[in-house]
Amino acid sequence: MQFREALNQAMSEEMERDPNVFLMGEEVGVYNGAYKVSKGMLDRFGPRRVWDTPITELGFCGLGVGAAMVGLRPIIEMMTFNFSVLALDEVLNSAAKMLYMSGGQYNIPMVIRGPGGAAHMLSAQHSQALESWYAHIPGLKVVQPSNPYDAKGLLKTAIRDNDPVIFFESEVMYANKGEVPEEEYLIPIGVGDIKKEGKDITLVARGRIVNVTLEAAEALSKDGIDAEVIDLRTVRPLDEEIIINSVMKTNHAVVVEENWQYASMGSYIVDIIQKRAFDYLDAPIGRVHTEDVPMPYAHNLEKLALPSVDKIVKAVQETLA
Amino acid sequence: MSKELVTEAQSEAALMPLQGLDRDKLYNMLYQMILIRRFEEKAAELYLNERKIGGFCHLYIGQEAVAVGAMASLRKDDYVFSSYRDHGHALVKGMSGGEVMAELFGRIGGCAKGKGGSMHMFSREVNFLGGHGIVGGHIPLATGSAFASKYRGDDRVTVCFFGEAAVNIGAFHESLNMASLWKLPVVYICENNRYGMGTALERAASLYDLSEKARAYNMAHAHVDGQDLLAMYDVTNQAIERARHESLPTFIEARTYRFVGHSISDPAHGHYRTKEEVEEYKQRDPIKTFTAMLIEHEMINENDVKDIESRVRSEVDEAVRFADESPIPPAEELYTDVYIQPL
Repeated sequence: MQFREALNQAMSEEMERDPNVFLMGEEVGVYNGAYKVSKGMLDRFGPRRVWDTPITELGFCGLGVGAAMVGLRPIIEMMTFNFSVLALDEVLNSAAKMLYMSGGQYNIPMVIRGPGGAAHMLSAQHSQALESWYAHIPGLKVVQPSNPYDAKGLLKTAIRDNDPVIFFESEVMYANKGEVPEEEYLIPIGVGDIKKEGKDITLVARGRIVNVTLEAAEALSKDGIDAEVIDLRTVRPLDEEIIINSVMKTNHAVVVEENWQYASMGSYIVDIIQKRAFDYLDAPIGRVHTEDVPMPYAHNLEKLALPSVDKIVKAVQETLA
Repeated sequence: MSKELVTEAQSEAALMPLQGLDRDKLYNMLYQMILIRRFEEKAAELYLNERKIGGFCHLYIGQEAVAVGAMASLRKDDYVFSSYRDHGHALVKGMSGGEVMAELFGRIGGCAKGKGGSMHMFSREVNFLGGHGIVGGHIPLATGSAFASKYRGDDRVTVCFFGEAAVNIGAFHESLNMASLWKLPVVYICENNRYGMGTALERAASLYDLSEKARAYNMAHAHVDGQDLLAMYDVTNQAIERARHESLPTFIEARTYRFVGHSISDPAHGHYRTKEEVEEYKQRDPIKTFTAMLIEHEMINENDVKDIESRVRSEVDEAVRFADESPIPPAEELYTDVYIQPL
């Protein structure tokens, strides 16, 4: 099924299971979702469970935090995470800190989900990948699946989680198809997955970029390079073990992400690897990232800005040289 | 469905002497005002003279009639949110002086185990949902707890207190719009003490009559003399009933005054307001005027007042003793309560 359908199923199943779960966001109801992720949900669950909001991210995200304080389990959809910045005060100063500031009294069981990162020629304000901002904040959990199977299992877990979970999707992946079992399953937060085993080099990726990385691994195998691709699945908390075990095996690493280089999640992963696997490294850790520029509109420039198969292949070759 | 409440249009009860409230109720309200006053004075003393309290400390001195009047008809299961000037609201909602004072001292016996401080008083037990430090940041939260009440079909009401400076921030507008659009059971109470820290209202707000802002959201509203405890009680009571039985929000502008600086480190008067103005407002101290009214109506006498002061002194002393004896949080507490479900 499609990635968007997997998300739809996850939300619908959890809403059936638990009457406290509700969905709120712009165009999620009558319009069936800006990207059709919530298609059919208003018809199925009615206006008490599926809420169309005014354009008021700070307001409805804060409303979600308040509802979560008193025991509801909101799924707050951000049409894209570019707009989530407006709500950052409620996420940073309320959701992430409420449990701590209240000395353990008020936990926030909410999910904030939506697409992030570049799509196609959406230009600077609509193309940002901000998961590093959220990963930086203690009190939040940050999840970023790369395929329909992981998406469904992780979203169900996120909805059942009793802390605030920021759940990153991608417009570009919504139509991607993948196998999703009929039976119910959950995927734990904080556990990565090796999408391709290999022995020559460790490639660490997350979200949409996992698929690009797998393409690069395919290209590399034709040159006799056997890359191991780790799909982090969760950005915070980081599954350090899966990364370290892999680097101990391959002795080389490249961290791939669709983030600006400067102070991103990737830089934290590099830090973990160098600290815990220093003696196993045969070369400096490589990185592939978005160019440190706002996203341009022109198609050719956008391609130059983003991580690509070519860039990953080049980074691997440099690391192994 | 009336959209307008105006202070002049008092409820029928308000037309009765002392609104028909019985002696016990009136006595308790006076007790609470005096408790807040003496508690805050003690906090100031401990902060300045003994350095037992640190950081920001925003005192409620002069505004007592707003919290006491507004909260007098709330149930224990109703939700209350406040800004960082929250000690008074916390006490009126039912938190103990000890847990509030210990929190101010940063001790483990504090309501937040010393991890919140003055601006972050919380008690799930009595439904005091904080204590929030970002101006206006809690207004959407309160809109959320009201949403939850409506979602569940219970008849709990949410009351949200904030200062007049908060009515200019986005979160205020976004919240009132949703509350009115979705008919949420929330009472927004703006404690207009005329000064946002050092900025007078005239320099911050393009529309001076703040209650009028609710018109933009098609919401029932009123302005009230916040120094008049019974007027405060009447207007808020109507709003609470409206929320509870009709699931409609109200915006109340309570005109009040703080006799002290914005926080303990800020001056009570100076460049931003004159000493004479402060003295003038102190002549209409809400505690003095309410006491005088009760005595005039022979609900209490001078002995009762002495009795209240004496009991309040004991309660405050007990709170300080509890706080003094409470240990500082152990080092491990640094790492707890970041997640309720750590992985």
